[in-house]
Amino acid sequence: AFENRLAFRAQVRPLHGSGCGQQQEAVGMETRPETFSIFRTQENNPACQSEQHLGQYYTVPPSHFHTVFPHGLPPRYQQQVKTFNEGCVMVRQPALELISHLKRADYSKPTLRYLLYGVKGSGKTMSLCHAVHYFSKQGWLVLHIPDAHLWVKNCKELLPSSYHASRFDQPIQASNWLRNFRTTNEHFLSKIKLRQRYVWTKRESTEEGRPLGELVDMGVSHVKSSSDVVGAVLKELRLQAWGTEGGFRMAVAVGVNGLWGRTTLKKEEKSPVAPEELTLVHNLRKMINNDWCGGAVIATLSQTGSLYAPSSAYLPQELLGEEGFDSMDPFVPVPVSLYSEKEFESCYLYYLDRHWLQHPHSQTEEGKKELIFLSNRNPSVLERLCAFL
Amino acid sequence: MKCSNIVTQMQMLLLSTYFLFSPERRTANMAASGGRTVGSFLWKCGNCCFNFNTVSSNLTRQVLSRQLCVSAVLHRKNLAAAGPEKFSEEFIKKQVEEFNIGKRHLANMMGEDPETFTQGDINRSIAYLFPSGLFDKKAKPLMKHPDEVFPKQRAVQWGADGRPFHFLFYTGKQSYYSLMHDTFTKALAVEKHQDRLRGKDLFTQDAKQISLVGSRWLLKEELEELLVETISEHDYARFIQLMERLLSLPYCSVEEDFVQRYRRQLEIQSSKQQVQPLQYDQHGVAYSTGDGRRKTAMGTVLLRDSGSGSISINGTNYVHYFPVLQDREQLMFPLHFMEVLGRFDMQCSVSGGGHSSQAGALRLAISRAMLSFLSEGQVETMRQAGLLTPDPRIKERKKPGQEGARRKFTWKKR
Repeated sequence: AFENRLAFRAQVRPLHGSGCGQQQEAVGMETRPETFSIFRTQENNPACQSEQHLGQYYTVPPSHFHTVFPHGLPPRYQQQVKTFNEGCVMVRQPALELISHLKRADYSKPTLRYLLYGVKGSGKTMSLCHAVHYFSKQGWLVLHIPDAHLWVKNCKELLPSSYHASRFDQPIQASNWLRNFRTTNEHFLSKIKLRQRYVWTKRESTEEGRPLGELVDMGVSHVKSSSDVVGAVLKELRLQAWGTEGGFRMAVAVGVNGLWGRTTLKKEEKSPVAPEELTLVHNLRKMINNDWCGGAVIATLSQTGSLYAPSSAYLPQELLGEEGFDSMDPFVPVPVSLYSEKEFESCYLYYLDRHWLQHPHSQTEEGKKELIFLSNRNPSVLERLCAFL
Repeated sequence: MKCSNIVTQMQMLLLSTYFLFSPERRTANMAASGGRTVGSFLWKCGNCCFNFNTVSSNLTRQVLSRQLCVSAVLHRKNLAAAGPEKFSEEFIKKQVEEFNIGKRHLANMMGEDPETFTQGDINRSIAYLFPSGLFDKKAKPLMKHPDEVFPKQRAVQWGADGRPFHFLFYTGKQSYYSLMHDTFTKALAVEKHQDRLRGKDLFTQDAKQISLVGSRWLLKEELEELLVETISEHDYARFIQLMERLLSLPYCSVEEDFVQRYRRQLEIQSSKQQVQPLQYDQHGVAYSTGDGRRKTAMGTVLLRDSGSGSISINGTNYVHYFPVLQDREQLMFPLHFMEVLGRFDMQCSVSGGGHSSQAGALRLAISRAMLSFLSEGQVETMRQAGLLTPDPRIKERKKPGQEGARRKFTWKKR
């Protein structure tokens, strides 16, 4: 019987992948669904989270995951989600602040703009995604632009725009974005009706009163005119913001500093392309201008993708440039800082719980101090550090 | 040291001509005859217009100059040189006399007291009078006691009739074998002493032992120097074995003097560390500074107590300054080793070199700054961990005829 028990244990061990020798916990893990731990909270609705949940992780239900976040998550976080089989987000001060502002904002006035800024790797994109989750829970229409930098650099195809002679189109990026937009906002697409007639080519046009979904589908299928479709979609949404059906909107954008500044793209004559000459950028800028009401604009600055910016720059003024700053002005700045002690503690416990920290020394107090020192409580640095432990 | 008004330029010029003799020429004939030719040259010059107001006569000038040129020439340490002795005893004695006289003259020249003129003073005076731009220390002019300059040599081992003096001469290594013979004799004497005590029933196991702590046996090279003859490794091993055997006897303290002659004291390394005292700033917070160098980078650190573990380098955060994990680990090592990770606040400034050498320089600076906060035992552990040793490695010079320091040009067969 003793040997049988040993053999059973030996079989159980690889199932749970716990190489740290925490046998009891491993067996326990299989059976428990969601036991209460210090760093986790049961409150999965961002609307109901408050200061008492600060520093705790909440799980995004897997069913929502792909609809809410088809794009826009930081790539390392996506890998982590795949590894851990669950998407856990930490409740942090900037996100809570943002959500509280949004709850109290008056939507009949011109849109408020919020800018998340902070040092590289401090969690701006994650806070943004937290806010996006909140919006989707509230039932808003989410206009999530993952990274304006994707549009401004490394583009292989530039077509001269059909709508406007001097502008350039980016068909691939536009169609990708439309596809993701469709995934996110399925239920809105049938509700919103077009107010204007759009002519794409001599043979194709979209009539007034057709649902937005049709427009989006058309944009996805006809790749050549997808950028103009994007422009049309944005215009419609702007006009119908304070809509009769109560369809609120907001625009969420990452890497807003890519909209101003320089691009790496070149015209055929090897002269550089200014951002205004790109259709997507142009339309997005119109969106960010607060001449419409009924929504909110949340933007983050991102240094990682930004072009021609020094790596130590993280303040809005430096990264946006003068032009960008003037256009974004006035805005509500929301600073995102590094982990506090409590947040670091909960992140550490989370990794321990998921058996991410395999090294036996990392589970001791000294190991924790080492981690604090080496990462200086920077979330992304800590994540990279723990990746090979 | 007032010198320039005493030693005229002519004298300097003449003295410096001796260094036309290159240091590489090491023949003894050089030593004997070179001095003479030079001396004669000076003698002639002395008859011409030449006035100086030192106490030296022509003879002593000759003496001084010859001594200098000879000293620079002979540098090798070949003991028991193959063949008959190159320097006879009278020669060495004469050299010693000349050295002493020359030393007194040098002291007079420099305006110092001849009685208390040490070797250090001599070195400094020579470096002052004959500044050399050469890099190799052995190529610079030197003036040392002949015992240090001339290699030790054995006197002639046989008498006028050809019979050797020592009974072990025909072994080839007479001093070595006589030493072994003596040691063994002493061992036998100790055993005899022990037997006598046993006979008188006074034998006790806990007799006073020779203290061997803090000393080591002579190295093979040192033994060779002592015996003035070459020995093989096997011979050296046998010698150490015999000494250990002598020491294993309980009553070996009888022969303590003999044994101690063949042991050297070890220096305690950690006592060489200079620990700065702690300084306190206006709020009563203790702080200390340290600096370190590595390759070409120089770093300074201001370590403040009762902090939170924040580090700023050249004004920026260390996570931004050193994005590479390895550099941050280097910074962490001294603190982590002493388990004071969250205690200190640091303000560092670093310049030069690359990121790795800057990290190494800061690591040394942090360790040095931490010394004032630590106790003696901890300082010793840090030294043993290698935290206080500056890394001597620098970029190796590129040699001509090669592409780099070690890499040769591609070899083409034809």
